[in-house]
Amino acid sequence: MKNKVLSMKEAVAAFVQDGDTVVIEGFTHLIGFAAGHEIIRQGRKNLTLARLTPDLIYDQMIAAGVAKKLIFSWAGNPGVGSLHAFRRAVEAKPPTLEIEEYSHFGMVGRLSAGAANLPFWPLRNYEGTDIPKANPRIKTVNCPYTGEKLATVPALRPDVTIVHAQRADAGGNTQVWGLMGVQKEAAFASRRVIVVVEELVKESIIRSDPNRTLIPGLQVDAVVLEPWGAHPSYAQGYYDRDNDFYAAWDKVAREETSLKKYLDEFVYGVKSRAEYMKKHPGLAERLAAKPRICAGVDYGY
Amino acid sequence: MPATAETATEYTRNELMCVLAAREIADGDVVFVGIGLPNLACNLARATHAPNMTLIYESGAVGAVPERVPPSIGDPALVTGSLMVTSMSDIFQCFLQNGKIQVGFLGGAQVDKHGNINTTTVGPYHAPKVRLPGSGGACEIAQHAQRVLIVTKLDKRAFPDQVDFITSNGKRVKKVITNMGILEPDDSGELTLTALYPGVTFEQVQENVGWPLKKTQRLADVSLPTLKEIELLRAKLDPKRLHIQ
Repeated sequence: MKNKVLSMKEAVAAFVQDGDTVVIEGFTHLIGFAAGHEIIRQGRKNLTLARLTPDLIYDQMIAAGVAKKLIFSWAGNPGVGSLHAFRRAVEAKPPTLEIEEYSHFGMVGRLSAGAANLPFWPLRNYEGTDIPKANPRIKTVNCPYTGEKLATVPALRPDVTIVHAQRADAGGNTQVWGLMGVQKEAAFASRRVIVVVEELVKESIIRSDPNRTLIPGLQVDAVVLEPWGAHPSYAQGYYDRDNDFYAAWDKVAREETSLKKYLDEFVYGVKSRAEYMKKHPGLAERLAAKPRICAGVDYGY
Repeated sequence: MPATAETATEYTRNELMCVLAAREIADGDVVFVGIGLPNLACNLARATHAPNMTLIYESGAVGAVPERVPPSIGDPALVTGSLMVTSMSDIFQCFLQNGKIQVGFLGGAQVDKHGNINTTTVGPYHAPKVRLPGSGGACEIAQHAQRVLIVTKLDKRAFPDQVDFITSNGKRVKKVITNMGILEPDDSGELTLTALYPGVTFEQVQENVGWPLKKTQRLADVSLPTLKEIELLRAKLDPKRLHIQ
C-alpha cells in the first residue's frame, strides 16, 4: 500500500484549506490537539468547525480566529464549566461566531448520513423542544411505511476530518480502542482524512488484529506520527486525561489576554508537538498509563 | 425509615440529595448516566444496594465499573473493565432509541413547572445573556429513557415558571430530587412538592421556586442516609467534595 506518512506540518498544509468544513473528532478520548494547533500556526481562515463537543481545542481555535462558524451539540468544559472563548464570541452583540446547533444524537445522525451517502438521517427526537426552532435545518418526514412523523437532520460531509488514534500503519489502516465516539462515521463522511497516531506500526501488526481497525487505509489520505498529540485529552493505554489542565483552563480562557498569552507560548511559540512536550517537563511521567493488557483472541480457522 | 444505629447523624443536604437520588435506582436497572451529581449518585448506588445495575455512558461505555469517580463522562476509567465499549451511534440508536434504558438522570441549569429543562441559553437564543453548553445527549435521554430523574439544587433562578429555552422535554420526568425536598408531577404534569428534608420548611422551598408551589396533602418523610453511604461519598466517591459540600 502507498506510504502516506507526512509530518503534521505537511499534512495540514496539503489537506486543510481556508474555508473548509473541518471535523476534529474524538469524544473526550483522542482529541487531536496537535492537529488543531498546527491549523492555528498555519493561519487558516474562515473554517467551519464541526464537532459534538467543541472542547478546549475548538475554544483555542475560536480564540485564534480560524473559525467563522461552529457546528456542535455540547459546548462546555467537561466537569469544569464554560468554554469562555466560545461564550465571548456567541454572547457578543452582535455575535462574532455563527453557530448551528444539534443534540449529540443529531450530530451522530448527520455524520452517519454523510458516511452512508444519504441526504439525511431520521431519528425520534426533539419532540416538544425548542431545538428545531433554533435550528431550521432540523426538519421532519413522514415515514412512508407507518406514517409516523420523524425528525431529520441533514448529512454532514466535511471537507476534512482529522482523527487521532493509538496506531496505524503507513497506509493509514487505523486501530482504536477505548471510546470510539463518531470517528468512523466522521472519516467515512469526509472528502479527505488525516490520521494522527501515537505509534506507527507494521501492516502485519494491523493484520494480526483486524477487528481493532476502525478506519481502513482506503479512506485515509495522510498518516502523521505524533506521540502525545492528544494532550490534554488522552489515549487509552498510552496516557491519562490531564484533568488538572482542563480545570486550569477555566482561568486561562476567562480573559482574552491570558488566553492569548497561552497561545503565544504553547501554540505559536513552538514548531511541533515535540517542542510542546519539552515545555511540559514531568508531564509524561505524571500521565503515563498503567498497563492493563487484554488477553487477545484466536483468529485461527 | 426510622433512625437506627446505621443512620448517619451528620450529613449535608447535598449529601442527602445524592443518597436519595442513588436510592431511586433499583438493582438491575439499566441507567444512562449524566455528568456531575448524577454520576456520583449512580456510582453510590452501584457501591451499595444496586451492584447489578448497568451503567451506560453516552461516550460508549456499557456496564462501566469505574475505579475512580470519572471527572468527565468520557473518562478512561469507564472503559477499563466494562462489559462493552461501542460507538456513539450504537449508544443512541441500539440502546437509547431502541428503548433499552430504564432510568435517565439529568441535571439542568433551569427546570420549569412542567419539568422542562434548559441547558441552552439564559435570555433569547439569538442574543443570549448567558450561553450554556446546549443539549449534549440530554434532549434524546429525556425523550427515550423510561423514567427521567432530575437531580439539581433548588434556586429561584434555576426553577422559573417557564424556562427560557426547552432543551429537554419534561413529559417523562418522574421526580426532581433537590437539596431541600422532592418534587413530582401531579396529574396535570405540574411539579408539586411531595417530600421535605428534615429541618426544611415548605416556605423555604417556595422561596427557591419561581411559581406558586403546590404540595401533596401529606408530605412524605425521606429515609435518612446511612453511615456507610456518607462514608462512601466522603472517602471514596467525592473526596474533593466537588458535589456534596
